[in-house]
Amino acid sequence: MTQMTFARAINSGLRRSLDNDPKVLLMGEDIGTLGGVFRVTDGLQKDFGKHRVVDTPLAESGIVGTAVGLAYRGYRPVVEIQFDGFVYPAFDQIVSQVAKMHYRSRGAVKMPITIRIPFGGGIGSPEHHSESPEAYFAHTAGLRVVTPASPQDAHTMIQQAISSDDPVVFFEPKRRYHDKGEVDESLDPRSAPPMGQARVVTDGSDVTLVAYGPLVKTARDAATAAADEGVSVEVIDLRSLAPVDFATVEASVRKTGRLVITHEAGQSGGLGAEVAASITERCFYHLEAAPVRVTGFDVPYPYSKVEMHHLPNLDRILDGVDRALGRPNSLSGLEG
Amino acid sequence: MVTDDAAQGGTAAGQDNNAGHQGGAGHNMVQLITPAGERVSHPEYDPWVKDVSDEQLCSLYEDLVVIRRIDKEATALQRQGELGLWPPLLGQEASQVGSVRSLRDDDFIFPSYRENGVAYCRGVDLADILRVWRGAASGGWDPYTVNMAIPQIVIGAQTLHATGYAMGIQNDGADSAAIVYFGDGATSEGDVNEAMVFAASFQVPLVFFCQNNHWAISEPVRLQSHTQLVDRGAGFGIPSMRVDGNDVLAVMAATRVALDRARRGGGPTFIEAVTYRMGPHTTADDPTRYRDPNELEDWAAKDPIGRVHALLDRKGLFTEEFEAGVRTKADTVARELRAGCVGMPDPEPLDVFKHVYSTPNSWLDRQQDHYSRYLASFGDPEGATQEEGAR
Repeated sequence: MTQMTFARAINSGLRRSLDNDPKVLLMGEDIGTLGGVFRVTDGLQKDFGKHRVVDTPLAESGIVGTAVGLAYRGYRPVVEIQFDGFVYPAFDQIVSQVAKMHYRSRGAVKMPITIRIPFGGGIGSPEHHSESPEAYFAHTAGLRVVTPASPQDAHTMIQQAISSDDPVVFFEPKRRYHDKGEVDESLDPRSAPPMGQARVVTDGSDVTLVAYGPLVKTARDAATAAADEGVSVEVIDLRSLAPVDFATVEASVRKTGRLVITHEAGQSGGLGAEVAASITERCFYHLEAAPVRVTGFDVPYPYSKVEMHHLPNLDRILDGVDRALGRPNSLSGLEG
Repeated sequence: MVTDDAAQGGTAAGQDNNAGHQGGAGHNMVQLITPAGERVSHPEYDPWVKDVSDEQLCSLYEDLVVIRRIDKEATALQRQGELGLWPPLLGQEASQVGSVRSLRDDDFIFPSYRENGVAYCRGVDLADILRVWRGAASGGWDPYTVNMAIPQIVIGAQTLHATGYAMGIQNDGADSAAIVYFGDGATSEGDVNEAMVFAASFQVPLVFFCQNNHWAISEPVRLQSHTQLVDRGAGFGIPSMRVDGNDVLAVMAATRVALDRARRGGGPTFIEAVTYRMGPHTTADDPTRYRDPNELEDWAAKDPIGRVHALLDRKGLFTEEFEAGVRTKADTVARELRAGCVGMPDPEPLDVFKHVYSTPNSWLDRQQDHYSRYLASFGDPEGATQEEGAR
């Protein structure tokens, strides 16, 4: 076990993938000499060369589109989109090409492409640098969408994503890049829990709290605070957003009877809606209350002086837990 | 100030047939066979086709005729309800044959949706060419069996795939090349421009083969570009050629020049093949709403097949026996095409779930399971009875 930052854990996972498979190559803006704007690829070009860690022209569609061609040729490209808000120029290549090529070619052409996207807010950035666009991709057939919440998962899941024969959109919670944790670099990603599997972070019996990416830490803190009030919260880290491991969430809700989902992305049409609907379909008679969503608002990501109002924090999550439990809360007395 | 047409150097009909008389930035159009079938010499490009024998010329003629026959048969199949749609390539046969017949087997082709002549020459199964247009699959063939990607309908998207593939060739240290087909309309797309940036920066072994057929559905080429398309290349630092796209020999010469550069590590080349879409954009299109019939007439006089016919005639090669042989071949291919089309088995209902992922997916597996149960609820496990109200 080694103590390292989230960013370093990804770097180490990328290094292992580059070491293990000569067909793996990294592409993106500023990822070579600079090592990426978040230094996630620091030192990799120096060690693996310019043909395996490729600084590309500033064209996101170009980066993803050429990755499609490299995959056609048998490569396993890992592309970095510098910030969440810059992925949209590549949207067509991701949705119409990366996601559909296997289907369109009737399985002849595999697209083992990993698209790394630092996402989420809370770092005081200007616009287009703090978005949570995961629902667009989770809605797209043909893609897998995952997001790690701990350095160990970051290290393991990036390797699992790269070795996946299906394309993976890999969301990295950028405000956790500098968080440290214990990482076992010797862990074989093939024997670790698969990236499609959700994880019960803290056991609890009163309410199930579902989170992913940057808010897993916040959810865990909320569970600790709730415990002080005698409320037992089971926190689940989804890890995979497409497909969601509903079996794990369902098992928890059958036990607790109550469900709260939290994410930074806006509420409408988001992952919370999908989790609430699917769990309601699967175990309606075990629910003691309507599922509760604690999410960002349906607004463009706000300027940094007010972003703390947009982002679910510990207190808003606890307020949601209170709603699920029927305890006094900010919406008490309000119908619907 | 120049007019739009003058800047295009020949958007208006009749300005493209003579090499050396183009407007624009001084790119003469390479031509080796005139519309009248005269073999004209060109000191720069003649050496690239000096090995093309009479026999090969006859074979190229056969390709052109067979492809036109395929196109005609497919159009008929659409009219008869056997195909949902068909994008005719009438008029563009020489551009497709001249380029694809210059390739090696290990070169990789990235087509748009109109390169059905290329697919035929590449050896794609005739039924597979029609599979997409019959609605029996989203892609007709296994790209690796013929080194040709499945058709791309999103305009210009395949230029980036070709660039990436060529980056892979370069990484592998191979001496093969990639070629990407796209049209005049595609040159306005961001992806095509990004592809040219990437290809030039990394000096990848790639041929950008632009068939300027003058029309993007109803939009004339002058709406896409205020310069000749060939002039685009220079801005990216990509050597470029403008070639008579209705002249199979000139297209072959230009493609060979480009491939040779690619194999020698000289990077990408841009070829503008000046041709004309004689038919509609697709069988759903009506060009009489936007096109001057005189333009069609002018281009008919520059037909890619007629000029090779005339050349073979001059050489005394166009015998009755040869003509009959070509006709028989074309009829045979057309018959096989039709048989392959109408005999193509329909996909099964649950095929809708196939190949979305290459590994199991819990969301989709559940949906498939539920839909299987739904189909089974008709008491018909094959789901054959799906008419509304059958439940």
